[in-house]
Amino acid sequence: MAGKKENSSYISGKESRRITKFNRKVTKKLEHERADANKDPALYTTKMRDENNVVEFDNVCTYFFSDVGTVKAVDGVNFDIPRHATVGVVGESGCGKSVTSLSLMQLLQRPSGQTVGGEIRFNKGDGTAYNIVNTPNAIMEKIRGNRISMIFQEPMTALNPVFRIGQQVDEVTQLHHPEMSEEEVKNRTLEMLELVGIANKEGVYNMYPHELSGGMRQRICIAIALACSPTLIIADEPTTALDVTIQAQILDLLQNLKDKLNSSIMLITHDLGVVAGMADYVVVMYAGRVVEKGTADEIFHHPAHPYTIGLMKSKPVVGQKVDKLYNIPGSVPNPVAMPNYCYFRDRCEMRCDQCDGVYPPEIRISDTHVVSCYRFHGKGEVLGYPKSVNVEELI
Amino acid sequence: MSENMNRIASQGAGSSENILEVRNLVKYFPIKSSFFKRTIGNVKAVDGVSFNIKRTQTMGLVGESGCGKSTCGRTILRLQDKTAGDVIFDGQDVFALSKEELRKLRPRMQLVFQDPYSSLSPRLPVGEIIGEAVREHGIVPKEEFDDYITRVMDVCGLPSYYKERYPHEFSGGQRQRICIARALALAPDFIVCDEPVSALDVSIQAQIINLLKQLQEEFGLTYLFISHDLSVVEHISDTVGVMYLGNMVEYAATEKIFAHPLNPYTKALFSAIPIPDPDVKLNRIILKGSIPSPANPPAGCKFNTRCEQCMEICKHVPPAWKEVEPGHFCACHLYNNAQEQADAENRMEQLKRDAKDKKETA
Repeated sequence: MAGKKENSSYISGKESRRITKFNRKVTKKLEHERADANKDPALYTTKMRDENNVVEFDNVCTYFFSDVGTVKAVDGVNFDIPRHATVGVVGESGCGKSVTSLSLMQLLQRPSGQTVGGEIRFNKGDGTAYNIVNTPNAIMEKIRGNRISMIFQEPMTALNPVFRIGQQVDEVTQLHHPEMSEEEVKNRTLEMLELVGIANKEGVYNMYPHELSGGMRQRICIAIALACSPTLIIADEPTTALDVTIQAQILDLLQNLKDKLNSSIMLITHDLGVVAGMADYVVVMYAGRVVEKGTADEIFHHPAHPYTIGLMKSKPVVGQKVDKLYNIPGSVPNPVAMPNYCYFRDRCEMRCDQCDGVYPPEIRISDTHVVSCYRFHGKGEVLGYPKSVNVEELI
Repeated sequence: MSENMNRIASQGAGSSENILEVRNLVKYFPIKSSFFKRTIGNVKAVDGVSFNIKRTQTMGLVGESGCGKSTCGRTILRLQDKTAGDVIFDGQDVFALSKEELRKLRPRMQLVFQDPYSSLSPRLPVGEIIGEAVREHGIVPKEEFDDYITRVMDVCGLPSYYKERYPHEFSGGQRQRICIARALALAPDFIVCDEPVSALDVSIQAQIINLLKQLQEEFGLTYLFISHDLSVVEHISDTVGVMYLGNMVEYAATEKIFAHPLNPYTKALFSAIPIPDPDVKLNRIILKGSIPSPANPPAGCKFNTRCEQCMEICKHVPPAWKEVEPGHFCACHLYNNAQEQADAENRMEQLKRDAKDKKETA
């Protein structure tokens, strides 16, 4: 068939065997390094760049060693989550926004998914910080669910169908506070259920997940996430599976709780409307890299990157009549073979001669507004190029 | 392709301007007891819905999940039997047709499904997916078949060399294009689009919406656009119907309904739409609770359990479906005139007395 050569997903048997062998070697080595539980704490303790941040992502690279080649799902991502702030991460499916959050929780599908480079610094609060990338599992278990917790997209699948709601919320508290008595744990759970707006808390405590509606289940997931008063809540598309009216309830709840508990929120979503209503800072991701970041006001009123501009124009807005929606031409490049120029160049309508060069650096165009685009070259301070990791050197 | 369309368009040109009339459509799904298979109740998925769609227009149908909008769309196409009511498609009663006549009507009304990942057969190449029904219905002579499929694909933005490929080789947006091409290949007049963009990314959504609009202009199609994304519905529709728990609660032209929603449910629904502008202070009406079960809907107005403006009368008497302003239909007791209010109050007293009598006799 003539299509075979054109079809980029085609690989020969020989090539396939080479990839598999390479993957096995790399993942074995990385897994071996991670398995060392009695690692010297100096290896995973570091200092925050700014004490006011809860989390700093510094050139994080998370790759998946798949059978068709190495997928650079997250490739040199830089951004901070300040204390008591809501940071919205926006992008289309496959842009790496979920993988970024999973790297922070060390919940990647291992062994194929590995964080191979960069630092994720999580503030301990005593002047030092964990570098999550090197933190061994034993320590991670104490952070996960306790200091950082996560709300998942599908409340239907995130809850275990065979356990009662009460047991599932209790479990988190029991795990992280073994000193608490059963009575105290139950009281804590009931308190949490009340906090997330469940009127019939005693009744719900003894129910199974299937007895609750989608919105109620998402409230339970939030209660589980908040049980230990975490410093950071990751909400991964918390309202995508819900109806508009229920979405409004849940967003309202999250906003109120954030103020009550003094936590930060990392809100991952593809809905620009949700981000605008919730976030203080917005990070726009495209094909595994951050293309633009800034305050919500900057991103929504002065978008700089052509991708952000295109994304805003392609979404119909209630109350604004347009004849034809703008659509970004083309599609995302193949994640296995990324080009060495700007990933957005082939779809961009504002490209210039410089765009043929290497991937654009991060350029600071105001105190908080950073964009990766050559259109702003010379109009601001260049912060540096995203660093990719050469996988061949990992062995 | 376009000749084909013109031929069909001219056929119906003599009849009334409504291509579809739905009158009091009712669809119940029986709940069977486990052993004797007796019907012990009904899930009232669609409970008396009426609307008309004019030729070459788009009607949007919105509502929360479980409100019966998809069931409504499928029943109109007679993909499942109705419980009561009438569906008149281009002057013909769809449910009165014989098997043979229905088969003749089928190519004229088509459906595009929500999930392009599960609605294409993984075993058929794209050319066959699009062409299967064309051959079965004999839309074009055998010798023109290949050419015709190429033209249909071209209209939908699919290159002709995709014909030999299989669905798994395509992205979501392209699969949805294949679904649209499959519907369009039969030269239909009317397409039910059941959440065609909700499984797609924002930038791909825009491509599909633009394609649907362009095809409508080119071939004079009529759409019933079912969606829960209100901003998309506002963009594409000429008229909008809002459903709640099997009932239509409001129906009007798009500009009218978005500018002045009448029903409290519509108001709450519209206020919950997130707007991508951080300066817009949301004045959300946050509804309490969630949608009740359609197997056991509340008495009176079905929305009374969540309504902020609920009155005594709402808990007993279901509101009538009426034209509040010209072209703006709504079912809500807030817009009763004096006569209707008096009637409804009488009815409420009657119902209360009946309930009391029943209690006493028991």
